[in-house]
Amino acid sequence: MEIPIKVTVNGEVYEHRVEPRMLLVTFLREVLGLTGTHVGCDTSSCGACTILMDGKAVKSCTLLAVQADGAELLTMEGLARNGELHPIQEGFWREHGLQCGFCTPGMIMAAYQLLEENASPDEKEIRRALEGNYCRCTGYHNIVKSVQYAAKKINR
Amino acid sequence: MGKLIGEAVRRVEDRRFITGKATYTDDIKLPGMTYAYIVRSPYAHARIQQIDTSRAQAAPGVIAVFTGEDVKDVNGLPCGWQVNFRNGDTMKEPKHPLLVADKVRHVGDNVAMIVAESREQAKDAAELLDIEYEVLDAVTDPAKAIEEGAPLVHEDVPRNICFDWEIGDKAKTDKAFADADHVVSLEFRNQRLVPNAIEPRSAIGVYDAARDKYTLYTSSQNPHLIRLLLCAFVLGIPEHKVRVVSPDVGGGFGSKIFHYAEEALVTWAARQVGRPIKWTAERSESFVTDAHGRDHVTRAEMAFDKKGKIVGLRVSTVANMGAYLSTFAPAIPTYLHGTLLQGVYDTPAIYCEITAVFTHTTPVDAYRGAGRPEATYLLERLVDTGARELGMDPAEIRRINFIPPFDGVKQPGYQTQVALQYDSGNYEATLNRALEIIGYHQLRHEQEEARKQGRYLGIGFSTYIEACGIAPSAVVGALGARAGLYESSVVRVQPTGKVTVYTGSHAHGQGHETTFAQIVADTLGVPLEDVEVVHGDTEAVPFGMGTYGSRSLAVGGSALRKGLDKVIEKGTKIAAHLLEAAEEDLEFADGEWTVKGTDKKITFGEVALAAYVPHNFPEGMEPGLEFSTFYDPANFTFPFGTHIAVVEVDPETGKVTLKRYVAVDDVGTVINPLIVDGQVHGGIAQGIGQALLEEAVYDENGELLASSFLEYAIPRADDLVSFEVDRTVTPCPHNPLGVKGAGETGTIASTAAVVNAVIDALAPLGIKDLQMPLTPQRVWQAIQQVQAS
Amino acid sequence: MYPAPFEYHRARSVDEALSLLSQYGEAAKLIAGGHSLLPMMKLRLATPAHVIDIRTIQGLQYIEDRGDYIAIGAGTPHAMIEQSELLRAKMPLLSQAAAVIGDPQIRNMGTIGGSLAHADPAADYPAAVLAAEAQLVATGESGERVIPVEEFFVDLFQTDLDEREILTEIRVPAISENTRCAYRKFPHPASRFAVVGCAAVVTMENNRCSDVRIAFTGVASTAFRDTGVEDALKAQPLTSQSIEKAAALAAENDELEIMEDHFATEDYRRHLAKVFARRTLNQIASAF
Repeated sequence: MEIPIKVTVNGEVYEHRVEPRMLLVTFLREVLGLTGTHVGCDTSSCGACTILMDGKAVKSCTLLAVQADGAELLTMEGLARNGELHPIQEGFWREHGLQCGFCTPGMIMAAYQLLEENASPDEKEIRRALEGNYCRCTGYHNIVKSVQYAAKKINR
Repeated sequence: MGKLIGEAVRRVEDRRFITGKATYTDDIKLPGMTYAYIVRSPYAHARIQQIDTSRAQAAPGVIAVFTGEDVKDVNGLPCGWQVNFRNGDTMKEPKHPLLVADKVRHVGDNVAMIVAESREQAKDAAELLDIEYEVLDAVTDPAKAIEEGAPLVHEDVPRNICFDWEIGDKAKTDKAFADADHVVSLEFRNQRLVPNAIEPRSAIGVYDAARDKYTLYTSSQNPHLIRLLLCAFVLGIPEHKVRVVSPDVGGGFGSKIFHYAEEALVTWAARQVGRPIKWTAERSESFVTDAHGRDHVTRAEMAFDKKGKIVGLRVSTVANMGAYLSTFAPAIPTYLHGTLLQGVYDTPAIYCEITAVFTHTTPVDAYRGAGRPEATYLLERLVDTGARELGMDPAEIRRINFIPPFDGVKQPGYQTQVALQYDSGNYEATLNRALEIIGYHQLRHEQEEARKQGRYLGIGFSTYIEACGIAPSAVVGALGARAGLYESSVVRVQPTGKVTVYTGSHAHGQGHETTFAQIVADTLGVPLEDVEVVHGDTEAVPFGMGTYGSRSLAVGGSALRKGLDKVIEKGTKIAAHLLEAAEEDLEFADGEWTVKGTDKKITFGEVALAAYVPHNFPEGMEPGLEFSTFYDPANFTFPFGTHIAVVEVDPETGKVTLKRYVAVDDVGTVINPLIVDGQVHGGIAQGIGQALLEEAVYDENGELLASSFLEYAIPRADDLVSFEVDRTVTPCPHNPLGVKGAGETGTIASTAAVVNAVIDALAPLGIKDLQMPLTPQRVWQAIQQVQAS
Repeated sequence: MYPAPFEYHRARSVDEALSLLSQYGEAAKLIAGGHSLLPMMKLRLATPAHVIDIRTIQGLQYIEDRGDYIAIGAGTPHAMIEQSELLRAKMPLLSQAAAVIGDPQIRNMGTIGGSLAHADPAADYPAAVLAAEAQLVATGESGERVIPVEEFFVDLFQTDLDEREILTEIRVPAISENTRCAYRKFPHPASRFAVVGCAAVVTMENNRCSDVRIAFTGVASTAFRDTGVEDALKAQPLTSQSIEKAAALAAENDELEIMEDHFATEDYRRHLAKVFARRTLNQIASAF
């Protein structure tokens, strides 16, 4: 039996009926067409599906869409405002924090929560905060620099 | 030359990736889309007794169920490289069916494809497919597979041997060993790895009946190669009726070079079903179906004289091919491994023999580095062991054995003992620079101090060389490649002077849209934003061999540069006509042709316009300003360098902690240092992964034990440190850009550096060798063993 | 990647959840943060016909000072426990364990109740609640039942909870001024679950250990208190010598079913237990 849900995604309210087993990431990608959130594994490991739910970074592959009923979600598509990049997005661009780009949305979302909680993280704190996000391209070197860039810019 | 080459230009492609607007294959949704789920073998070796599809057929949303019977007349997946036995016989090349009808040969082997209205329904129906298997004995260890009586993967392949192969001078090498003062001998397994690009493979097949035309969207590193194999070898469809598109691809590392069954299946079945079919791997499928890497069992010996000069090298390797031959599999242990055994050392006698074997495991093929990491690993482990046994410093033993510097222009290239001719090199310079960065003498002092406190600090070296930019078609053809290895470009100057270039290279993280644009902008003197780089579509690009083996810039970039030269050449003729001057009186710089010594000039844009509005045009010249170019290089390119790892080992737990990592690479001329550094960083991480974390282990039944991210560890942010990266520049003498390739250096070098560092750390305890990956348990057990003895 | 179909029930109260549980019996599973159940469902290792969502129950997320003990609502996510000022002051062991579970995203969603009820033998909380001598409150149709933690973990993925009960609260005694605690973990490099996790709580009186509680996770088929180590330290001063001697006895109980896998053999796990017992106790000693 399909269940009605109402979610706010990137400031817009959506109401849909979904199959209970539909994962939140599937809802975002297939129902709303927001394909900026990715699926990289089936074990809640890689973090490519990371979004913000009510301000907290969560793995949208390990949530049912029905569990997000009433929640406010922020995905990669909603981070830039009026065409202006968020400092984390800018940091990833300036510091070459991405290569293939597949892990990037999840990585940026995880970094977003980190900087909300800790405005000036050191390298160790950044690496620890990103432990739920795999990247196979960058060796994380420039991802760390990207987050540092963003922290500096936000604090300015 | 302009100002952009050598500049850390920020990537122009990034905006779509950082705003969630990229288009990966799985992001594509077409009208009428259906979804495929592949039912795979849970057994390593089993006979399919019976498949009853009736329950699955009747399940909700199911459109079709295909089994091996349905595709028995379709060809199998081809192998793109033929290596012959020593005696001249051709290698064994058993059929690799799209769906297996008789016997499954590895866990994950394709058994059936279910097409349904949704992914969920396809997967639900899979549980209703009744398959009866007769489980048979399996063999997964390549060394055991060649023993008499081992289970056969293919009945017609005795002892599971695909081919045996040799290179070098056996008699000369045996003599060198007989005369040597000291011989070092090591046995090891270069363990099997799972590539694990973060984007799982995906393919969409479309058939347009009205036009009799197929489209395949696929997460591939080389769409043209896929089209060639798909059309000419598997499905027998004419190429002009097939378009292959590789949109944004989320990493490849080799695993997306190869032609996979799912690509052919969705293309073939799209016509049967009459609707587009999408298949996307789940990670658990990636683990058992993406071609794995490495898996060599090796015995290697190095002979030295009293002073530590290497006098001989002897290598014997059993290479695991897996259950079937993947696209380039036979080339990896042979032409990308055996031919690299000269390393950076002036070794006068080398002999290598390879036995390639089938086992009941996922096929093995090129994974970042592909053969070269295995070659580097054995060389660097042997050299280091030699240094320790001869009481020499590991930096010094390398120094005295280096091939002396040569630029390939004034001095000729270096002819190795194993067929290759190195282009240019200055190996000692990278060692010197790396020693300087790491502060070697101070570091050795710190190591001494740490040892006094009971801390185990280790310093490990890797001085490597690799062969990239493969390469002259005639050469690779002679070596068994069933394709040419050139690259193409189209430079299309638009009437307003904007430039669209089309390359047969394919970017899946490498940043071609920026690097290639830098070359165009600099060469033509146009702004970067006036350049568009198109790749990944067989209907846009004339032909291409794709991206792997660090070949994009050396081969694809050179094809582009040659095309740009043609534009300038024709442009000069047009400019001369318009300026009423002789061609030789013109000079082209910063996007303008100037009559030397005058202020008479004409811009690139004006010439472009004249080419498309040829009212006043050189007589007999055809209009337009567009060139298609195919570039076939004269040789491979040979990047090299020195990497140094510093680790600390906790002897109580066996845990290795990386403390510092220095990389000094020479990749020839650098177009974009930001991108090159990024390639190096990522490569280092993957090599460290092999050294410390990663291992695809099979149990005796042929089940992959590390089959998810819960068991198979790839490096995470907190496993690594920031890397200290620098470069020397020794241009490649034989291509127009002087570039060598940067995609694999890090992976090739870092594995050996880390293992050497760990062994250096534990040397005071008597540890001489360790098998990868250096998991805590393995290190701890090794310490227990030496302490017990 | 896609769970098998099921019916979804949103419980608004514990009573409603209980009545759904009794209605569907074995066919039902509770879901809170979902980080134990959903991964199993995605791989179709679990295929419940009914999923009862208890994350929607108001009032299961709390950390309260009740004088003798701190009460933690079963629905409290790990991140809240990690960051709780109250726990950090009065029972830091729970915060220390919570801080090293999974990764930040998992800590935002996963709940203490879900983790404990799942009883993964390599999860972090079990060692912490054992060493904390927690009491677990199970609510059933006949009311609340307080389960002493030493009776809770029955076997691999098995607890003392009845199928028709819901774990609703975890009560951990506050530590006294002369008590210190620590949790240390040797994580599996892939899953980041504990290969060995050691939780310890030590109380000193007159420079001697008056109370010692040591528990391990990851080592055996269930988390366990290691009385061998505890007894060796009782009434002893907490010195590197006494710790060394006591830690050497870790994981030596013959009744333990020590786990073994490709990453860690039985011998290695037992060895790590000793190393981590020592390191955890040394950390505690240095905190006095």
